[in-house]
Amino acid sequence: MSAAKAMLSPLGTSALLFEAPGETDLRSQQRIWSLAEEAAGWPEVREAVPGMNNLMLSFARPPRSLAALESRLREAWAAALPLAREGRVVELPVVYGGEGGPHMADVVAHTGLDVEQIVELHSMPLYPVYALGSHPGYCYLGGMDARIATPRRKVPVLSIPGGAVSIGGAQTGVSASAGPSGWNTIGSTSMSFFDPERDPPATLQPGDLIRFRVEGIVR
Amino acid sequence: MIEILSNAALATVQDLGRSGSLRFGVGTAGMMDNLALAAGNLMLGNEAGAAGIEIPVFPFRLRFDVDCAFALTGADCAARLDDVPLLPWWSHQAHAGQLLELGLPQGVQRASRAVLCLAGGVDVPQVLGSRSTQLRGAFGGHEGRALRRGDVLRAEAPGRACRTGFGLVPPAIALPLALDGGTVIRVLPAAEYLAFTPESRAAFWQRGWKITPQSDRYGFRLEGEALRPIAPMEMRSHGIVPGVIQVPHSGQPIIQMRDAQPSGGYPKFGTVIEADLWRLGQAPIGSRIRFVEVGWDEALAAQNEVEAWLRKVERMIDLHGSASGGRA
Repeated sequence: MSAAKAMLSPLGTSALLFEAPGETDLRSQQRIWSLAEEAAGWPEVREAVPGMNNLMLSFARPPRSLAALESRLREAWAAALPLAREGRVVELPVVYGGEGGPHMADVVAHTGLDVEQIVELHSMPLYPVYALGSHPGYCYLGGMDARIATPRRKVPVLSIPGGAVSIGGAQTGVSASAGPSGWNTIGSTSMSFFDPERDPPATLQPGDLIRFRVEGIVR
Repeated sequence: MIEILSNAALATVQDLGRSGSLRFGVGTAGMMDNLALAAGNLMLGNEAGAAGIEIPVFPFRLRFDVDCAFALTGADCAARLDDVPLLPWWSHQAHAGQLLELGLPQGVQRASRAVLCLAGGVDVPQVLGSRSTQLRGAFGGHEGRALRRGDVLRAEAPGRACRTGFGLVPPAIALPLALDGGTVIRVLPAAEYLAFTPESRAAFWQRGWKITPQSDRYGFRLEGEALRPIAPMEMRSHGIVPGVIQVPHSGQPIIQMRDAQPSGGYPKFGTVIEADLWRLGQAPIGSRIRFVEVGWDEALAAQNEVEAWLRKVERMIDLHGSASGGRA
Protein backbone atom coordinates (compact mmCIF):
# COMPACT_ATOMS: atom_id res chain seq x y z
CA MET A 1 0.00 0.00 0.00
CA SER A 2 1.24 3.49 -0.83
CA ALA A 3 2.44 5.60 2.09
CA ALA A 4 0.70 8.70 0.70
CA LYS A 5 -2.52 9.52 2.50
CA ALA A 6 -5.94 9.86 0.98
CA MET A 7 -7.30 13.43 0.82
CA LEU A 8 -10.65 14.24 2.39
CA SER A 9 -12.49 17.51 1.86
CA PRO A 10 -16.05 18.78 2.39
CA LEU A 11 -18.25 19.95 -0.49
CA GLY A 12 -20.25 22.39 1.60
CA THR A 13 -22.38 20.43 4.06
CA SER A 14 -23.89 18.34 1.27
CA ALA A 15 -21.09 15.89 0.60
CA LEU A 16 -17.60 14.65 1.45
CA LEU A 17 -14.96 13.98 -1.19
CA PHE A 18 -12.45 11.14 -0.73
CA GLU A 19 -9.46 11.20 -3.08
CA ALA A 20 -7.27 8.11 -3.10
CA PRO A 21 -3.51 8.59 -3.31
CA GLY A 22 -1.46 7.44 -6.28
CA GLU A 23 -2.17 6.95 -9.95
CA THR A 24 -5.58 6.33 -11.49
CA ASP A 25 -5.32 2.72 -12.61
CA LEU A 26 -7.75 -0.16 -12.84
CA ARG A 27 -6.66 -1.81 -9.61
CA SER A 28 -7.07 1.37 -7.58
CA GLN A 29 -10.40 2.06 -9.29
CA GLN A 30 -11.60 -1.45 -8.40
CA ARG A 31 -10.85 -0.60 -4.75
CA ILE A 32 -12.90 2.62 -5.20
CA TRP A 33 -15.87 0.49 -6.39
CA SER A 34 -15.43 -1.73 -3.36
CA LEU A 35 -15.29 1.29 -0.99
CA ALA A 36 -18.41 2.72 -2.65
CA GLU A 37 -20.36 -0.50 -2.04
CA GLU A 38 -19.45 -0.45 1.63
CA ALA A 39 -20.01 3.29 2.29
CA ALA A 40 -23.39 3.22 0.51
CA GLY A 41 -24.72 1.32 3.54
CA TRP A 42 -23.63 3.85 6.16
CA PRO A 43 -26.49 5.74 7.86
CA GLU A 44 -25.38 9.32 7.10
CA VAL A 45 -24.69 8.49 3.45
CA ARG A 46 -27.39 9.10 0.84
CA GLU A 47 -25.32 8.02 -2.14
CA ALA A 48 -21.74 6.83 -2.74
CA VAL A 49 -20.59 8.16 -6.11
CA PRO A 50 -17.34 6.82 -7.61
CA GLY A 51 -15.21 9.28 -9.61
CA MET A 52 -11.75 8.85 -11.10
CA ASN A 53 -9.71 7.39 -8.25
CA ASN A 54 -12.03 9.15 -5.82
CA LEU A 55 -15.40 8.77 -4.14
CA MET A 56 -18.03 11.34 -3.20
CA LEU A 57 -20.39 10.60 -0.33
CA SER A 58 -23.53 12.73 -0.46
CA PHE A 59 -25.24 13.13 2.90
CA ALA A 60 -28.75 12.10 3.84
CA ARG A 61 -28.10 14.45 6.76
CA PRO A 62 -24.72 16.14 7.41
CA PRO A 63 -22.89 14.68 10.43
CA ARG A 64 -22.27 16.92 13.48
CA SER A 65 -18.56 16.62 12.87
CA LEU A 66 -16.65 15.07 10.00
CA ALA A 67 -13.88 13.49 12.07
CA ALA A 68 -15.59 10.15 12.85
CA LEU A 69 -16.78 9.65 9.28
CA GLU A 70 -13.34 10.53 7.93
CA SER A 71 -11.55 7.97 10.07
CA ARG A 72 -14.13 5.30 9.21
CA LEU A 73 -13.53 6.07 5.53
CA ARG A 74 -9.74 5.83 5.91
CA GLU A 75 -10.04 2.47 7.68
CA ALA A 76 -12.43 1.12 5.06
CA TRP A 77 -10.04 2.24 2.30
CA ALA A 78 -7.10 0.52 3.97
CA ALA A 79 -9.13 -2.70 4.06
CA ALA A 80 -10.76 -2.36 0.61
CA LEU A 81 -9.89 -5.16 -1.83
CA PRO A 82 -10.16 -4.70 -5.61
CA LEU A 83 -13.67 -5.51 -6.82
CA ALA A 84 -13.26 -7.20 -10.21
CA ARG A 85 -16.27 -6.92 -12.50
CA GLU A 86 -16.93 -8.99 -15.63
CA GLY A 87 -17.93 -6.18 -17.95
CA ARG A 88 -19.42 -6.23 -21.44
CA VAL A 89 -17.37 -5.04 -24.44
CA VAL A 90 -19.10 -2.30 -26.48
CA GLU A 91 -17.69 -1.10 -29.81
CA LEU A 92 -18.30 2.51 -30.92
CA PRO A 93 -17.60 3.65 -34.50
CA VAL A 94 -15.93 7.08 -34.47
CA VAL A 95 -15.37 9.71 -37.15
CA TYR A 96 -12.32 11.67 -36.01
CA GLY A 97 -11.70 15.36 -36.84
CA GLY A 98 -13.74 17.62 -39.10
CA GLU A 99 -16.98 19.20 -37.92
CA GLY A 100 -17.52 16.43 -35.37
CA GLY A 101 -14.04 16.99 -33.89
CA PRO A 102 -13.58 20.76 -33.74
CA HIS A 103 -10.75 20.72 -31.19
CA MET A 104 -8.51 18.16 -32.92
CA ALA A 105 -6.18 21.03 -33.92
CA ASP A 106 -5.76 21.99 -30.24
CA VAL A 107 -4.77 18.41 -29.36
CA VAL A 108 -2.32 18.41 -32.30
CA ALA A 109 -0.86 21.72 -31.10
CA HIS A 110 -0.55 20.57 -27.50
CA THR A 111 0.84 17.08 -28.11
CA GLY A 112 3.02 17.79 -31.15
CA LEU A 113 1.59 14.61 -32.76
CA ASP A 114 -0.19 14.52 -36.11
CA VAL A 115 -3.85 13.57 -36.57
CA GLU A 116 -3.08 9.96 -37.63
CA GLN A 117 -0.92 9.38 -34.57
CA ILE A 118 -3.57 10.83 -32.25
CA VAL A 119 -6.30 8.67 -33.83
CA GLU A 120 -4.13 5.56 -33.61
CA LEU A 121 -3.25 6.14 -29.95
CA HIS A 122 -6.86 6.98 -29.10
CA SER A 123 -8.46 3.99 -30.86
CA MET A 124 -5.95 1.35 -29.73
CA PRO A 125 -6.88 0.61 -26.10
CA LEU A 126 -9.85 -1.26 -24.68
CA TYR A 127 -11.13 1.37 -22.24
CA PRO A 128 -12.72 0.21 -18.98
CA VAL A 129 -15.63 2.35 -17.70
CA TYR A 130 -14.29 3.68 -14.38
CA ALA A 131 -17.28 5.74 -13.34
CA LEU A 132 -20.39 7.53 -14.59
CA GLY A 133 -20.87 11.27 -14.16
CA SER A 134 -21.09 14.64 -15.87
CA HIS A 135 -24.54 14.03 -17.38
CA PRO A 136 -27.03 11.14 -17.62
CA GLY A 137 -25.27 8.04 -18.96
CA TYR A 138 -21.84 9.61 -19.46
CA CYS A 139 -18.88 7.29 -18.82
CA TYR A 140 -15.45 8.22 -17.55
CA LEU A 141 -12.95 5.85 -19.11
CA GLY A 142 -9.58 4.64 -17.88
CA GLY A 143 -6.55 3.68 -19.88
CA MET A 144 -5.98 6.60 -22.26
CA ASP A 145 -2.43 6.88 -23.63
CA ALA A 146 -0.70 9.69 -21.71
CA ARG A 147 0.88 10.95 -24.95
CA ILE A 148 -2.47 12.42 -26.11
CA ALA A 149 -3.36 14.03 -22.76
CA THR A 150 -4.44 17.65 -23.36
CA PRO A 151 -5.52 20.19 -20.71
CA ARG A 152 -9.17 21.15 -20.43
CA ARG A 153 -10.13 24.27 -22.34
CA LYS A 154 -9.47 27.71 -20.82
CA VAL A 155 -13.14 28.60 -21.20
CA PRO A 156 -15.74 25.80 -21.32
CA VAL A 157 -17.70 25.44 -24.58
CA LEU A 158 -21.40 26.33 -24.03
CA SER A 159 -22.66 23.29 -25.93
CA ILE A 160 -21.19 20.21 -27.57
CA PRO A 161 -23.46 17.62 -29.25
CA GLY A 162 -24.30 14.13 -27.99
CA GLY A 163 -21.81 11.52 -29.25
CA ALA A 164 -18.84 13.90 -28.97
CA VAL A 165 -15.61 11.97 -28.28
CA SER A 166 -13.31 14.19 -26.24
CA ILE A 167 -10.13 14.50 -24.18
CA GLY A 168 -9.90 16.38 -20.86
CA GLY A 169 -6.51 16.23 -19.19
CA ALA A 170 -5.44 12.55 -19.05
CA GLN A 171 -9.02 11.31 -19.57
CA THR A 172 -11.27 10.54 -22.52
CA GLY A 173 -15.01 9.97 -22.89
CA VAL A 174 -18.14 10.26 -25.06
CA SER A 175 -20.90 12.79 -24.34
CA ALA A 176 -24.30 11.12 -24.03
CA SER A 177 -26.35 14.25 -24.85
CA ALA A 178 -25.79 17.88 -25.90
CA GLY A 179 -24.52 20.27 -23.24
CA PRO A 180 -21.65 22.43 -21.97
CA SER A 181 -18.15 20.95 -21.71
CA GLY A 182 -14.61 22.02 -20.95
CA TRP A 183 -13.07 19.12 -22.87
CA ASN A 184 -11.44 18.96 -26.31
CA THR A 185 -13.72 17.24 -28.83
CA ILE A 186 -11.75 15.17 -31.37
CA GLY A 187 -14.47 13.05 -33.00
CA SER A 188 -18.06 11.87 -32.93
CA THR A 189 -20.07 8.65 -32.61
CA SER A 190 -23.72 7.73 -32.10
CA MET A 191 -25.06 5.52 -29.30
CA SER A 192 -27.91 5.65 -26.76
CA PHE A 193 -26.35 5.75 -23.32
CA PHE A 194 -29.36 6.48 -21.12
CA ASP A 195 -33.09 5.77 -20.73
CA PRO A 196 -34.76 6.98 -17.50
CA GLU A 197 -37.49 4.31 -17.90
CA ARG A 198 -34.96 1.46 -17.70
CA ASP A 199 -33.58 -0.03 -14.52
CA PRO A 200 -30.73 0.74 -14.27
CA PRO A 201 -31.22 3.83 -16.46
CA ALA A 202 -27.62 3.93 -17.75
CA THR A 203 -26.57 1.58 -20.59
CA LEU A 204 -23.02 1.12 -19.30
CA GLN A 205 -21.82 0.36 -15.78
CA PRO A 206 -18.42 0.67 -14.12
CA GLY A 207 -16.43 -2.36 -15.27
CA ASP A 208 -17.86 -2.44 -18.84
CA LEU A 209 -15.36 -1.92 -21.69
CA ILE A 210 -15.44 0.43 -24.69
CA ARG A 211 -13.52 0.10 -27.94
CA PHE A 212 -13.39 3.02 -30.40
CA ARG A 213 -13.37 1.75 -34.01
CA VAL A 214 -12.02 4.24 -36.57
CA GLU A 215 -14.84 4.81 -39.05
CA GLY A 216 -13.16 7.75 -40.73
CA ILE A 217 -10.76 10.64 -40.36
CA VAL A 218 -11.75 14.09 -41.63
CA ARG A 219 -8.93 16.58 -42.16
CA MET B 1 -55.90 22.64 -15.43
CA ILE B 2 -53.83 25.68 -16.24
CA GLU B 3 -52.75 26.78 -19.68
CA ILE B 4 -49.49 28.62 -20.31
CA LEU B 5 -50.16 31.70 -22.45
CA SER B 6 -46.61 33.10 -22.72
CA ASN B 7 -43.62 31.97 -24.65
CA ALA B 8 -42.50 31.02 -21.18
CA ALA B 9 -38.79 31.05 -21.88
CA LEU B 10 -36.98 28.86 -19.37
CA ALA B 11 -39.90 28.33 -16.95
CA THR B 12 -39.71 24.76 -15.63
CA VAL B 13 -41.50 22.36 -13.30
CA GLN B 14 -39.26 21.68 -10.28
CA ASP B 15 -39.47 20.02 -6.88
CA LEU B 16 -36.73 19.87 -4.21
CA GLY B 17 -34.52 17.84 -6.55
CA ARG B 18 -33.70 14.30 -7.59
CA SER B 19 -31.43 12.37 -5.27
CA GLY B 20 -30.07 8.87 -5.61
CA SER B 21 -29.11 8.83 -9.31
CA LEU B 22 -25.82 10.73 -9.18
CA ARG B 23 -23.94 7.50 -9.92
CA PHE B 24 -25.77 7.25 -13.27
CA GLY B 25 -24.64 10.77 -14.14
CA VAL B 26 -27.95 12.39 -13.20
CA GLY B 27 -27.66 15.77 -11.46
CA THR B 28 -30.23 16.80 -8.87
CA ALA B 29 -31.96 19.69 -10.70
CA GLY B 30 -34.66 21.14 -8.40
CA MET B 31 -36.00 24.61 -7.61
CA MET B 32 -33.30 27.33 -7.55
CA ASP B 33 -35.14 28.90 -4.58
CA ASN B 34 -36.01 25.79 -2.59
CA LEU B 35 -37.24 27.88 0.37
CA ALA B 36 -39.81 29.68 -1.80
CA LEU B 37 -41.07 26.29 -3.02
CA ALA B 38 -41.27 24.74 0.45
CA ALA B 39 -43.01 27.80 1.93
CA GLY B 40 -45.46 28.13 -0.97
CA ASN B 41 -46.38 24.46 -0.65
CA LEU B 42 -46.86 24.70 3.12
CA MET B 43 -49.25 27.64 2.62
CA LEU B 44 -51.44 25.37 0.49
CA GLY B 45 -51.25 22.39 2.84
CA ASN B 46 -49.03 20.52 0.34
CA GLU B 47 -45.97 18.44 1.14
CA ALA B 48 -43.02 20.88 1.26
CA GLY B 49 -41.48 18.99 -1.67
CA ALA B 50 -44.48 19.02 -4.03
CA ALA B 51 -43.66 20.25 -7.55
CA GLY B 52 -44.11 23.92 -8.48
CA ILE B 53 -43.23 26.14 -11.42
CA GLU B 54 -40.04 28.21 -11.49
CA ILE B 55 -40.46 31.38 -13.57
CA PRO B 56 -37.26 33.30 -14.42
CA VAL B 57 -38.41 35.36 -17.45
CA PHE B 58 -41.22 37.94 -17.47
CA PRO B 59 -43.91 38.85 -18.28
CA PHE B 60 -45.51 35.43 -17.75
CA ARG B 61 -49.19 34.67 -18.28
CA LEU B 62 -51.37 31.66 -17.66
CA ARG B 63 -55.09 30.88 -17.44
CA PHE B 64 -56.84 28.72 -14.86
CA ASP B 65 -59.37 26.42 -16.51
CA VAL B 66 -60.65 25.13 -13.14
CA ASP B 67 -61.01 26.64 -9.66
CA CYS B 68 -57.66 26.18 -7.94
CA ALA B 69 -55.86 27.57 -4.89
CA PHE B 70 -52.32 28.79 -5.57
CA ALA B 71 -49.44 30.51 -3.80
CA LEU B 72 -46.91 32.92 -5.30
CA THR B 73 -43.50 33.13 -3.63
CA GLY B 74 -39.97 34.00 -4.70
CA ALA B 75 -39.56 37.24 -6.65
CA ASP B 76 -42.22 39.94 -6.17
CA CYS B 77 -43.48 40.33 -9.75
CA ALA B 78 -46.43 42.71 -9.50
CA ALA B 79 -48.76 39.78 -10.14
CA ARG B 80 -52.39 40.34 -11.19
CA LEU B 81 -55.32 37.96 -11.27
CA ASP B 82 -57.77 39.37 -13.85
CA ASP B 83 -56.31 42.83 -13.26
CA VAL B 84 -56.62 42.60 -9.47
CA PRO B 85 -53.14 43.17 -7.96
CA LEU B 86 -51.89 40.27 -5.83
CA LEU B 87 -49.63 40.47 -2.80
CA PRO B 88 -46.36 38.53 -3.06
CA TRP B 89 -45.68 35.60 -0.72
CA TRP B 90 -49.43 35.13 -0.45
CA SER B 91 -51.97 32.38 -1.08
CA HIS B 92 -54.89 33.02 -3.41
CA GLN B 93 -57.97 31.32 -4.84
CA ALA B 94 -58.37 31.34 -8.62
CA HIS B 95 -61.64 30.61 -10.38
CA ALA B 96 -62.06 28.89 -13.71
CA GLY B 97 -61.32 31.27 -16.57
CA GLN B 98 -59.19 33.69 -14.55
CA LEU B 99 -55.94 35.03 -15.97
CA LEU B 100 -52.75 35.24 -13.91
CA GLU B 101 -50.08 37.64 -15.10
CA LEU B 102 -46.62 38.18 -13.62
CA GLY B 103 -44.72 41.37 -14.46
CA LEU B 104 -41.11 42.37 -13.91
CA PRO B 105 -39.55 41.70 -10.51
CA GLN B 106 -39.77 44.80 -8.30
CA GLY B 107 -38.98 45.98 -4.79
CA VAL B 108 -35.88 47.01 -2.86
CA GLN B 109 -34.56 43.48 -2.56
CA ARG B 110 -35.27 42.63 -6.19
CA ALA B 111 -35.21 38.86 -6.68
CA SER B 112 -35.12 37.11 -10.05
CA ARG B 113 -37.32 33.99 -9.95
CA ALA B 114 -41.00 33.66 -9.10
CA VAL B 115 -42.34 30.38 -7.76
CA LEU B 116 -45.93 29.28 -8.43
CA CYS B 117 -47.37 26.50 -6.27
CA LEU B 118 -50.73 24.84 -6.94
CA ALA B 119 -53.11 22.96 -4.60
CA GLY B 120 -51.64 19.46 -4.23
CA GLY B 121 -48.61 20.34 -6.37
CA VAL B 122 -48.08 20.25 -10.16
CA ASP B 123 -49.21 16.85 -11.41
CA VAL B 124 -46.40 15.47 -13.56
CA PRO B 125 -45.03 11.90 -13.37
CA GLN B 126 -42.16 11.06 -11.04
CA VAL B 127 -39.06 10.02 -12.98
CA LEU B 128 -36.21 8.44 -11.00
CA GLY B 129 -37.91 9.58 -7.81
CA SER B 130 -38.50 13.24 -8.66
CA ARG B 131 -40.74 15.61 -10.64
CA SER B 132 -37.91 18.06 -11.39
CA THR B 133 -37.10 18.84 -15.02
CA GLN B 134 -33.76 17.29 -16.05
CA LEU B 135 -33.00 19.62 -18.96
CA ARG B 136 -29.74 17.92 -19.97
CA GLY B 137 -31.29 14.45 -19.89
CA ALA B 138 -34.60 15.73 -21.37
CA PHE B 139 -36.77 13.90 -18.82
CA GLY B 140 -38.80 14.75 -15.71
CA GLY B 141 -40.94 17.85 -15.21
CA HIS B 142 -43.25 18.57 -18.14
CA GLU B 143 -42.00 16.39 -21.02
CA GLY B 144 -38.39 16.90 -19.94
CA ARG B 145 -38.26 20.47 -21.19
CA ALA B 146 -38.99 24.12 -20.36
CA LEU B 147 -42.63 25.19 -20.62
CA ARG B 148 -43.97 26.95 -23.71
CA ARG B 149 -47.14 28.63 -24.93
CA GLY B 150 -50.08 26.22 -25.12
CA ASP B 151 -48.77 23.75 -22.53
CA VAL B 152 -51.51 22.49 -20.20
CA LEU B 153 -50.59 21.51 -16.65
CA ARG B 154 -52.73 19.92 -14.00
CA ALA B 155 -52.80 20.48 -10.22
CA GLU B 156 -52.86 17.29 -8.11
CA ALA B 157 -55.79 18.52 -5.99
CA PRO B 158 -57.50 21.54 -7.59
CA GLY B 159 -60.76 20.72 -5.80
CA ARG B 160 -59.20 20.65 -2.33
CA ALA B 161 -60.65 23.30 0.00
CA CYS B 162 -57.62 25.44 0.90
CA ARG B 163 -57.70 28.40 3.21
CA THR B 164 -56.20 31.22 1.16
CA GLY B 165 -55.84 34.98 1.58
CA PHE B 166 -52.86 34.98 3.92
CA GLY B 167 -49.14 35.42 3.42
CA LEU B 168 -45.66 35.05 4.86
CA VAL B 169 -42.79 37.40 5.64
CA PRO B 170 -40.31 36.40 2.90
CA PRO B 171 -37.04 34.77 4.02
CA ALA B 172 -35.04 37.63 2.46
CA ILE B 173 -36.50 39.70 5.32
CA ALA B 174 -36.87 36.96 7.96
CA LEU B 175 -33.33 35.59 7.39
CA PRO B 176 -31.42 38.74 6.32
CA LEU B 177 -27.76 38.61 5.33
CA ALA B 178 -26.26 41.70 3.73
CA LEU B 179 -23.09 43.78 3.76
CA ASP B 180 -23.10 47.39 2.57
CA GLY B 181 -26.52 46.77 1.08
CA GLY B 182 -25.30 43.99 -1.25
CA THR B 183 -26.08 40.27 -1.27
CA VAL B 184 -23.74 38.21 0.89
CA ILE B 185 -23.20 34.50 0.34
CA ARG B 186 -21.48 32.17 2.81
CA VAL B 187 -18.79 29.83 1.49
CA LEU B 188 -16.98 26.84 2.99
CA PRO B 189 -13.45 26.52 1.50
CA ALA B 190 -12.94 23.40 -0.65
CA ALA B 191 -10.04 21.07 -1.46
CA GLU B 192 -7.96 23.38 -3.70
CA TYR B 193 -8.51 26.61 -1.71
CA LEU B 194 -4.94 26.72 -0.40
CA ALA B 195 -3.56 26.03 -3.88
CA PHE B 196 -4.50 29.58 -4.91
CA THR B 197 -2.19 32.53 -4.26
CA PRO B 198 -2.64 34.39 -0.95
CA GLU B 199 -3.48 37.53 -2.97
CA SER B 200 -6.24 35.70 -4.86
CA ARG B 201 -7.63 34.24 -1.65
CA ALA B 202 -7.74 37.66 0.00
CA ALA B 203 -9.29 39.29 -3.07
CA PHE B 204 -11.98 36.61 -3.29
CA TRP B 205 -13.41 37.60 0.09
CA GLN B 206 -12.71 41.33 -0.10
CA ARG B 207 -13.88 42.22 -3.60
CA GLY B 208 -17.35 42.01 -5.06
CA TRP B 209 -18.22 39.65 -7.92
CA LYS B 210 -20.58 40.41 -10.77
CA ILE B 211 -23.05 37.78 -11.97
CA THR B 212 -22.56 37.77 -15.75
CA PRO B 213 -25.30 37.27 -18.38
CA GLN B 214 -23.80 33.81 -19.09
CA SER B 215 -25.48 32.56 -15.92
CA ASP B 216 -28.37 30.13 -15.71
CA ARG B 217 -29.70 27.13 -13.81
CA TYR B 218 -26.50 25.21 -14.69
CA GLY B 219 -24.11 27.74 -13.23
CA PHE B 220 -23.42 31.36 -12.38
CA ARG B 221 -20.37 32.67 -14.20
CA LEU B 222 -18.78 35.46 -12.18
CA GLU B 223 -16.65 38.38 -13.23
CA GLY B 224 -14.01 39.98 -11.03
CA GLU B 225 -10.29 39.90 -10.38
CA ALA B 226 -9.06 36.56 -11.80
CA LEU B 227 -8.18 33.88 -9.22
CA ARG B 228 -4.64 32.59 -9.78
CA PRO B 229 -3.43 29.16 -8.67
CA ILE B 230 0.09 28.94 -7.25
CA ALA B 231 0.80 26.30 -9.93
CA PRO B 232 -1.40 25.00 -12.77
CA MET B 233 -3.71 22.16 -11.70
CA GLU B 234 -5.16 19.36 -13.82
CA MET B 235 -7.65 17.40 -11.73
CA ARG B 236 -9.24 13.99 -11.96
CA SER B 237 -13.00 14.07 -12.39
CA HIS B 238 -14.95 13.68 -9.16
CA GLY B 239 -18.43 14.16 -7.75
CA ILE B 240 -19.60 17.72 -7.12
CA VAL B 241 -22.78 19.31 -5.72
CA PRO B 242 -24.72 22.51 -6.43
CA GLY B 243 -22.85 25.40 -4.80
CA VAL B 244 -19.33 24.26 -5.71
CA ILE B 245 -17.22 27.19 -6.94
CA GLN B 246 -14.98 25.98 -9.74
CA VAL B 247 -12.11 27.99 -11.16
CA PRO B 248 -11.34 27.22 -14.81
CA HIS B 249 -8.01 28.31 -16.33
CA SER B 250 -9.40 31.79 -17.08
CA GLY B 251 -9.49 32.48 -13.32
CA GLN B 252 -13.12 33.66 -13.47
CA PRO B 253 -15.09 31.41 -11.12
CA ILE B 254 -18.25 29.46 -11.98
CA ILE B 255 -20.68 28.53 -9.21
CA GLN B 256 -22.51 25.30 -9.95
CA MET B 257 -26.26 25.78 -9.54
CA ARG B 258 -29.22 23.35 -9.37
CA ASP B 259 -28.80 21.99 -12.91
CA ALA B 260 -25.11 21.37 -12.19
CA GLN B 261 -23.67 18.18 -13.56
CA PRO B 262 -22.93 15.66 -10.80
CA SER B 263 -19.18 15.62 -11.48
CA GLY B 264 -16.44 17.95 -12.60
CA GLY B 265 -12.72 18.45 -12.75
CA TYR B 266 -11.91 22.13 -12.40
CA PRO B 267 -10.14 23.18 -9.17
CA LYS B 268 -12.62 23.88 -6.38
CA PHE B 269 -12.14 27.14 -4.47
CA GLY B 270 -15.06 26.66 -2.09
CA THR B 271 -18.71 25.68 -1.85
CA VAL B 272 -21.67 28.00 -1.30
CA ILE B 273 -23.36 26.50 1.74
CA GLU B 274 -26.69 24.74 1.19
CA ALA B 275 -28.38 27.31 3.50
CA ASP B 276 -27.55 30.16 1.08
CA LEU B 277 -28.21 28.50 -2.29
CA TRP B 278 -31.77 29.94 -2.42
CA ARG B 279 -30.35 33.41 -1.75
CA LEU B 280 -27.81 33.05 -4.55
CA GLY B 281 -30.45 31.54 -6.84
CA GLN B 282 -32.48 34.74 -6.50
CA ALA B 283 -29.55 37.13 -7.21
CA PRO B 284 -30.28 38.86 -10.54
CA ILE B 285 -27.92 38.79 -13.52
CA GLY B 286 -25.75 41.91 -13.45
CA SER B 287 -25.95 42.23 -9.65
CA ARG B 288 -22.90 42.06 -7.42
CA ILE B 289 -22.35 39.58 -4.62
CA ARG B 290 -19.83 39.29 -1.80
CA PHE B 291 -18.58 36.12 -0.17
CA VAL B 292 -17.85 35.45 3.50
CA GLU B 293 -15.91 32.46 4.77
CA VAL B 294 -17.53 30.03 7.21
CA GLY B 295 -16.45 26.79 8.84
CA TRP B 296 -18.32 23.48 9.16
CA ASP B 297 -20.10 24.43 12.41
CA GLU B 298 -21.32 27.78 11.08
CA ALA B 299 -22.51 26.14 7.88
CA LEU B 300 -24.50 23.57 9.90
CA ALA B 301 -25.91 26.31 12.14
CA ALA B 302 -27.03 28.28 9.07
CA GLN B 303 -28.81 25.20 7.72
CA ASN B 304 -30.49 24.66 11.10
CA GLU B 305 -31.66 28.27 11.01
CA VAL B 306 -33.27 27.73 7.60
CA GLU B 307 -34.99 24.56 8.81
CA ALA B 308 -36.16 26.32 11.98
CA TRP B 309 -37.68 29.09 9.82
CA LEU B 310 -39.60 26.50 7.79
CA ARG B 311 -40.88 24.81 10.97
CA LYS B 312 -41.97 28.22 12.26
CA VAL B 313 -43.80 28.88 9.00
CA GLU B 314 -45.55 25.53 9.38
CA ARG B 315 -46.63 26.33 12.96
CA MET B 316 -47.87 29.82 12.02
CA ILE B 317 -49.92 28.37 9.18
CA ASP B 318 -51.44 25.78 11.54
CA LEU B 319 -52.24 28.51 14.09
CA HIS B 320 -53.83 30.66 11.43
CA GLY B 321 -55.87 27.70 10.27
CA SER B 322 -58.98 28.91 12.06
CA ALA B 323 -58.23 32.65 11.98
CA SER B 324 -58.86 35.16 9.19
CA GLY B 325 -56.27 36.32 6.65
CA GLY B 326 -53.06 38.12 7.49
CA ARG B 327 -49.33 37.76 7.22
CA ALA B 328 -48.21 34.74 9.22
